[in-house]
Parts: sequence; structure tokens; C-alpha cells
Amino acid sequence: METYTLIVLLMAATIRMATPLLLAAMAGLFSERSGVIDLGLEGKMLGAAFAAAAVSATTGSVWLGLGAGILTAVALALVIGYACITHRGNQVVAGMAVTIMVVGLGPTLGLAWFNLGGQTPQLDGAGQRFTSLVWPWAETAREMPLPGLLYAELLSGQNLLVYFAAALVPFSAWIFYRTRFGLRLRAVGENPHAVDTAGISVNGLRYQAVIISGVLCGFAGTYLSTAASSGFVRDMTAGKGYLALAALIFGKWKPWPTLGACLLFAFTDALATRLQGVALPVVGVVPVQFILALPYVLTVLLLAGFVGQAVAPKAIGVPYSK
Amino acid sequence: MSKEPAAPPFTPPDAPPALELRGIDKRFGAVHANRAITFAVAAGSIHGLIGENGAGKSTLMNIVYGFHRADAGEIRVQGRAVEIGSPQEAIAAGIGMVHQHFMLVENFTVLENVVLGVEGGALLAGGLAAARAELGRLARDYGLEVPLDAVVSELSVGLQQRVEILKALYRGAEVLILDEPTAVLTPHEANQLFTMLRALRAQGKAVILVTHKLREIMAVTDRVTVMKQGAVVAEVATRETSPRGLAEHMVGRAVLLQVEKRPARPGAVLLTVKALEVQDRLGVVRLKNVSFALRAGEIVGIAGVAGNGQSELLEVLAGTRAASRGEISFGGRDLVREQLDPRARRAFGLAHVPEDRLRMGVVAGFSAADNAMLGYHDAARFNRGGLRDEAAILAACAAKMAEFDVRPSRPELRLAAFSGGNQQKLVLAREIDADPAVLLIGQPTRGVDIGAIEFIHKRLIALRDAGKAMLLVSVELDEILALADRILVMNGGEIIGELSRADATEEKIGLMMAGVRAEVSA
Amino acid sequence: MNAPAKLPRWAELGLLPLINLGVALVLAGLIIKILGESPLAAFKLMATGALGTQEGIGYTLYYATNFIFTGLAVAVAYHAGLFNIGAEGQAYIGGLGTGLVCLYLGTWPFWVVLPLAVLAGAIFGAGWAFIPAWLQARRGSHIVITTIMFNFIAAALMTYLLVNVLIKPGQQSPETREFSANAVMPAAHELFAKIGITVVATPLNLAFGLALVAATGVWIFIWRTRWGFALRVAGANPAAAVYAGISPPRIIVGAMLISGALAGGLGLNELMGSQHRILMDFPSGAGFVGIAVALMGRNHPVGIVVAAVLFGALYQGGSQLSFDLPKINRDMVVVIQGLVILLCGAMENIFRAPLTALFAHVRAEKGIE
Repeated sequence: METYTLIVLLMAATIRMATPLLLAAMAGLFSERSGVIDLGLEGKMLGAAFAAAAVSATTGSVWLGLGAGILTAVALALVIGYACITHRGNQVVAGMAVTIMVVGLGPTLGLAWFNLGGQTPQLDGAGQRFTSLVWPWAETAREMPLPGLLYAELLSGQNLLVYFAAALVPFSAWIFYRTRFGLRLRAVGENPHAVDTAGISVNGLRYQAVIISGVLCGFAGTYLSTAASSGFVRDMTAGKGYLALAALIFGKWKPWPTLGACLLFAFTDALATRLQGVALPVVGVVPVQFILALPYVLTVLLLAGFVGQAVAPKAIGVPYSK
Repeated sequence: MSKEPAAPPFTPPDAPPALELRGIDKRFGAVHANRAITFAVAAGSIHGLIGENGAGKSTLMNIVYGFHRADAGEIRVQGRAVEIGSPQEAIAAGIGMVHQHFMLVENFTVLENVVLGVEGGALLAGGLAAARAELGRLARDYGLEVPLDAVVSELSVGLQQRVEILKALYRGAEVLILDEPTAVLTPHEANQLFTMLRALRAQGKAVILVTHKLREIMAVTDRVTVMKQGAVVAEVATRETSPRGLAEHMVGRAVLLQVEKRPARPGAVLLTVKALEVQDRLGVVRLKNVSFALRAGEIVGIAGVAGNGQSELLEVLAGTRAASRGEISFGGRDLVREQLDPRARRAFGLAHVPEDRLRMGVVAGFSAADNAMLGYHDAARFNRGGLRDEAAILAACAAKMAEFDVRPSRPELRLAAFSGGNQQKLVLAREIDADPAVLLIGQPTRGVDIGAIEFIHKRLIALRDAGKAMLLVSVELDEILALADRILVMNGGEIIGELSRADATEEKIGLMMAGVRAEVSA
Repeated sequence: MNAPAKLPRWAELGLLPLINLGVALVLAGLIIKILGESPLAAFKLMATGALGTQEGIGYTLYYATNFIFTGLAVAVAYHAGLFNIGAEGQAYIGGLGTGLVCLYLGTWPFWVVLPLAVLAGAIFGAGWAFIPAWLQARRGSHIVITTIMFNFIAAALMTYLLVNVLIKPGQQSPETREFSANAVMPAAHELFAKIGITVVATPLNLAFGLALVAATGVWIFIWRTRWGFALRVAGANPAAAVYAGISPPRIIVGAMLISGALAGGLGLNELMGSQHRILMDFPSGAGFVGIAVALMGRNHPVGIVVAAVLFGALYQGGSQLSFDLPKINRDMVVVIQGLVILLCGAMENIFRAPLTALFAHVRAEKGIE
């Protein structure tokens, strides 16, 4: 295989992996910027993945599946909100609890409803999955040199959710930095007292943020079960929620750097898959596990202040009381 | 301090007051924080609200700003009765407040902070542009220049305060409350603030200055209301009073405590402090060039307005805070150079009753017995064979409780279940029981009931007579006068004067607390 | 303003966890009902499956052993004011230490191997906890996030070691060769046989006893030594700790080392006691169950042992579900685990407030206080 074809394929794999990461990381971004730690990303994503696949399989409509995925993730987000915002419970515990609950609930419901050992049925009917959208002349472009290949492999041929995720970054940045809602959201995560004295409801803002996180996790989960694969399987998030959290921290709680972190982490994943068992010159076979652990190591180094400094929203994790 | 003509520039004689409080009453459980408070503030005037810590000033202002609801009473703005149940409603009624702890988002720009809550639309761009124009006007009118695009955390405290004032004005405040605004300011910044307040007055705003500093009241206000124990005890025109007159109202004559004591017989020097300096994390100098000596058998009182370095002095002596330079000699050691931790200092006979008991001196959720040995948990008398000697711990606590009359005398009870006075007696018992050579005491009777105050004072005198050296920090001048044999007065992190008890009067100390240097008596 | 009223000790330690557990079970029952099975039948099946037979009890206690170790690990950190989510990774790496001793020194006599294995598990587990602890103490890195990250790093490291280094030659699945017989924890039925009692063979082994010893040790350490006292002071009020001459950073590191060492005990049960080899993902979530166990057991060793046995019963009983109720499998146990964590850990205020009000009311009625 020619080198540049390899690189383009690597980039394509990166985009596929980055999409759910990015959706989840943006979800976490909204929640965390409002001051609510989002350890429930994994659970909300997994719940949405199950609901989307189940509904899509049952109704034959991936759009209804997406709706179900969003509703499920929002419901889970509201559980976290109720525990942490209304009752000022421990945010870390609430997120973990929801995640663990969903890890069990998905296969349990799956078994009861579909009797396939906890999975959902294969989504192979028309309209049951988000499929690639092929852009005009993509096939022709593929035969052309590099720009054409990039067009065919990267811009074209992605599914709708990938484009959605890509659009989400500038949109989120616009929300955060150009709108009233964004200003208040950033304020409430830094100094809720300032928000309260300005006559704005702290809890109201945080609920909105948590719900947005739910919606975006809904997209992320739906992508996993109806776009990246064809159906729900147990533990299919496989830590992506936590990886998204790491990306969000590595991105210093900002939209564009978070995109960068997601792409970096996705790239390490794609690279690890490519390098599986391949002997490289000089270094020989690189253990893929080390590449896969890289995002976590980088995040720890960042948290320790060894590679730059990530400053968390000041009020994060602290329940608000007057 | 320049004398300004205090006459309000324009207020028609028949105009209703900008803010009027009628019979405001508030209780928190057993504490009667505000008792039927009534007073009025005219537009175009600066009204002082003065009183000691805990007099109920902050509670009252929090009611006016909608953080608390009064149990009874009425708030009238421009002659109309208003219901204020939230800050939002206070803002709508034209009331603005600058809190003691700023309500600013530190990583936002000045402009963003000002518009937060009044953005003027779903998108920021329009609102920010409008705000920029309006703030330019306010800056011209009131001399409130602030770099609008600077990030707040990079501004000086004085400028941050200015942002708070701008926030209130931008929201259309006609009544501006400032809660202890100078607590965090340098004298120069405070003077700048007063200039701004006078400009506000000239524009017809009503300003309420909440403070416990007499100097500020005299410098800038037109009228002053004095609060004590939740009630208004006096309301006078500033011109017709004096710092001394106000102090009398604030402190009151009736509560002067009489503790019998013989003259001190100071012995050998036990603790010497030389050129001590402390900087906080931000590099601000909190203590500078502090030197003094402490002798056996004497109580040295540190007087001063809260926040002038007394707390830092206690902490740096006790070892919970690091000194940046200087020397603390005790028992032949230099505690600064050796960087001894509090435990080691205790072991050498330097005990400490911290100012803020609940934050630092105890663990409220632990038993009284555990608290009665906190800091001494390594001592041989509380351990046996590698384990805690529970029986000894309980017995020691029971003995302390008996000796210091701590009630209920149940060592196993959670400390939080005891009253403030009983908690304090237990802390004192703990530190005295260790038989230290030097005892550092901060606010020995803060939050303590009258009966316990007398008991604690007697114990401290007895301890002095037993030859201990004591350094006493208290915001209660009465307490210092009652206990101390020598008084050091602190201002701005420095010791600016020393008085023997015989020479000390409230007036002299008050002047020195306000920063007026006096001849140092030998 | 006024200090919040407190519940009586028995209500705080007993009643509240029971209410939380009860609500969790009611919710779980609701889910079972929705699935079209009878909740009562399911719970009964789980109870008999876990406690109705010698075999069931053996398995229950065998699972409980893991949960005691990880629950204690979470609790010790908690008393120092730290939330250790990394017990899973610490147990994984700790088990590696135990496993290495068993693999390479396993031919030595058992009573020599055992202390070495315990020590190696503790050291490896503590070592894995050390880095997040040090980063928290010295550089302020949020220990919740770093311990999560270290779980993933541990998983990657172990996968590498098992696939590339420790794998038994000539074998496909990533696991080591079997430990020699001297490095195998005596099973409960063997021990009972020695004193003439015959019980059914189960994976229950001597490690359960070690877990109880660890629980006792933690109790003594936390409540009966001055170091435990210092640790609790630092956790409850760091400013008071500084005042008392206790260094919070040292406590953070010390508490996490103990925490990691306790998590490292899991390998004694899982590897020496049951699997007799190192294999992939042997902690299988016990680190997270430990959080539930610690929360439910109110971070007290007695409560932790009780809660661990309860979760052991859930795990054992849960495996019975799938045999008899076609629509339910043991994933239901994970659901219940999540619900328990949610109710005991994040939503405890929901029931505490009304319960406190109720007690205050009853007291007022009786005219006490």
C-alpha cells in the first residue's frame, strides 16, 4: 500500500474513532463548565447506545432510535442532576453509580426484550442505521491524486453524525463565548455566588447544562450502536466516556483544544490498530498497549502540571449553597 | 484626612428617603440578629452603619439585598413599600450591594462581569457594545475608570471593588450598600474609594457604608447609625459626634468586665520576636518588621482592627503559617530557621488557642475526648503499647471537664453538641493542661456566653500569676484592657505602638488602631 | 446558621443504609417486574442461591472476600478525605505482585510463600496508588481523575505483560502458567476436613480469613492508633490537622499507600485462592463494588464486612437467576450495585433530611432535649 493511502486511511479511522469521543467530550464540557463533574458520560453514552439500537431494531427507524437514545441519556442526566443539584449529592458518586447501573441495565433489558444474550438484533434493514453519505463525484475523485483521495475518504463517505459532531465544535464555541447562555454557564462554574447575586438561578443553569450533556451523550451513544456498528453489544462504550473526560481535561475545558485532544486520542487508537504486530524499523514491534495507554498518561501528566496547566472551572464538584 | 463639607448637595426637604427600614426583625434560631431596626437614608447622602463584629449589620444588609427575609418589618424605597425576596428584586428596586467578598467571576473581563445577568439579549455582542458605552459614561460621571477588557483576576483589589460598584450602578442602583469595603484596601485605595463615594453622593445616590472602623465613619459619612447586639443604639449626624462618642455607643459602658488582678510581676524573657515578616501566597506583606519580647508572668495584649496582621502574627508564632523572614527565639531555638512544625513547638512548651476555634482548633464531628487531646495525640500519656490509651484519653477529658466546668461533662459526646462557651473551655483546658511556658491565645471569648467569659478571664489571670507568658489577640478592646499588662497596637501589619496597662485608655488605643503613631512608652 | 441536627448513631449507621438498600431493591424489583418476572420470586431465588446451600454460602463468602479488601481500601482513603476510585487498578497490579511471587518463588514452602505473596501484593498495590497520591499531595492533581486514569493504565500494562511477557509459552490465551501447589491458598473445605468437618468444595479459601484480619487491622488502625487518629483529623478538618502538627500531604500519601496495599489483597483470594494463575481482568469490577461496599458500610470495617457479604450474596444469587428465570441474568446484580451506590452515596440526603426531621419531631413529642 502506498504511504499516502495508508495515511489517509489512518486519518479516516481517526475520524471514526474521534466522533463519539468528541460528542461525549462536548457533552462533558457543558456539564463541567457549569460546575457539575460529569463522570456519568460513559453511562449516559452506553444507555443511549442501547436505547437507540433497541428502538431502531424494533421500529426500523434510526431516527426514532436517535430520539430514544437522546431521551434515555437525558433521563440519566436528570437522575444525576436530581442527586447532585437538587439534593447536593456527591457528583463523582452519582456519575459512577449511573454508569454502573447502565452497564447492568443494558444487557438485562436486552436479554428480556430480544433474547439474544443481552445484545440487540443486528441492524441490517434499510433505515435502521446511519450510513455513509457519499458526496458527488467521490468515486471519481478517489482515482485522482491526494486531494481527491482526501475528498473521497475524509470529507465524503461519513455518516450524518460525524458531520454533526464536526459542526458541534464551532457551534459550542459560539454558544460559550458569544451568547448570554454561554456567559452565564461559564460564570456559574467559576463563581455561582456571583451568578446568584446577579439574580440568576444557579440550579436552573446547572440543570440546563446537565440536560445538554444528556442530549449530546444521546448522539454519542447512538453513533456507537447505529453508525459505528450495527447493534448494541455489552460494554460497547469500552471506556470511551472516560477517554472523553480525559480529552476534555486535556483540552483544558475549552471547545477547540478539546477537539484537538479528541483527534489526538483517536489517532493513537487508530495508530495502535494499524501497528498491531507490525515491526517498525529501529524500534521493532511497538506494544499497542503502550500506545493505547498514551491518552491516560498524557492526561495525568497534564493534571500534574508537567505538560502545561489545565485549570478546572473553579466551582466544579462543589454543590451550591447560599 | 481632608475635611469635606458634609452637606448633601441637593435633596429637597420633602423628598422621601431613598431607603427606609421600619421595624426590621430577624432571628436565626436562638440568635436575635436584628431587633426592630428602624432608620432612613436620604438620597444624596452617605450613611454609616457601624457596630462591632456580630452586632447584626451584615444580617440587616443581607435582608435589604434579598438574601434573607425579615421576620417582621418593612422596607421602603423612595417612599414606596417593597417586597424584597431575592437579589433580583433588590436590583429591580434600585438597590445595589458591594459584598465584603467580591461577587466577581475572576477569569472574566470587567465588561463580562458587569453585564452578567443584564446582558440585554440572547447574543452578547449587542449588549457588550451598549455596556461599553454606558460604562464610559459612568466612568466620566463618577471617576470610576476601569480597563474594561482586563481580566478581573489581574486587577488590584481596589480596582476589583470598583468593578463591583460599576456593576451596581450599571443595574441602575440608587441605593448602594458597601459591606466593610475597606477591609481589603490599602489606606490609599480607601481614600480613592471615599472620593468615589463622594462623587456618588454628589450625583444624588444614597450610599450605605457598613463598617466597624470609626475613622471611616468620621471621614466620609453624613449620618451614622450605631448597632449593638442586633439593635440600633444611636443615630446621629456625623458632625455632631466624635470617635470617642461612637465608641461609647458601640461598646457600651454596661458590659465592661471587672476581673480582679494584681499587678504583673514579669520575669525572664521567654519568647523574642525580631523583625518578623510574613507574606501571603499572593506575595502581599501581611506582617512587617514585628519585634517584641514576651516575659514570664505577663499578658501582652495585641490590639488592632481585625485584619491588621494580628491573626498572621499568632499563626506564624504557632507554626501554622510560614514566616518569610525574621526570627522567633524560644527556648534557645530559632523557630523560623528550624521551621519547627506546630507539634514540635507544642512539645517545647508553646501552646496555641486559635482564633477561629471551629475552623482550626477542633474537629466538630469528633468526640469531646478526642478534641481534648488534639495536637497532643502523640504524647506518651495518651498512648500505650502502640495503641491509643482510650481509658486515659477519656479520663483526661473528664478531668479537664471537671476542672473547667465543661457541661455536659460527657467526654464521649460529639463536640458539636456542646455550646460555643463549653467548646472554648475545653480548648483552653487542652492547651493549659499541657503546662506550656508560653500560651498564644486568639479571641478567647469569641462566641462565648457571659458566664463563661468571666470564668475564662479568671483562669487566664491565674495562669499569668503562675508565671506563664501569654500573648493575647482579641478584637474586643474591653477584653484586652481587662487582661493585658502591656498592650501592643497593630495597624497595617506593623506594631505601631506599645502602652503599659496603666497608660492605656480606650482613646489612646483607638487612635493607634486607626494608624496614628504614638510615642512608644518604655 | 445553626448546626444541622444529627441523626442518632444507630439510625445513621443502621437505619439509613437499610432504607437506601430497601429503596434500591424496590427499584430493582420494579425493573424485574417490567421485565415480566416476579420480583419476589427473583429475590427469593437469589437468597436461596446465595445462602440456602453450603455451596451457595461458600461462593458468597468467596466473592465477599474480594469486596472486603476493596471496600477497606476505599474506606481508608475516605477517612483521609480522599475518594479512591482506583482500587480496581490497584487490585490488578497488586495481584501481579502476588502472582509473581507465586510463579517464581512458588516452590518454596507455603508458609514462606504466603507472607511473601501478601507482602508483594501490598507493595505492588501501594506502589500503584503512590503516584496519584503523590500528585495529589504535592501538585494538587485531582485524585479522582488520576486514579481513574491509572485504572486504564493498569489495564494496558497488564495486557501487555500477559500478552507479551508472562504468557505461558505455546498458548493462545493471555494467561500465565499455573502456580505450583505450594503457592495455592488452602481451600475452606480442605481446612475444615483437617478438623473433621466435611463441607462442599467451593472456591472459598484462607484469604477470607486474611480479609477478616485485614478488617480488624483497619479497625484498630483507624480508631485505636494515633496514626489513624491523625488520618481522620486530616480527612475531617485539614486546617485543624495543620494546627495539630499533622501534615496533610503526608497523610494523603500514607492513606493511599495503605489503601492500595489493601486493594492488593484481592489477588490472594482471586489468584492464589481460586484461579491459580494470573489472567486478564481478574479483579472484574471488584474495585468498583468496593465503592458500593464502603458507602453502604459507612466506611466502618464491620459495616464493610456486612456489606461485602451482602454483595457477595448478590453476586452468587445473581448467577442463579439466569438458570431459573429466562428473562433475567446476573447483569441484574450490576444494576442493583449501581442503584445501591446511587442511593447510599449520591442520594443519601434525600432520606436523611426527612428522617432527621422525623427524629426531631419524635423527640419534641417526647419532650427530650
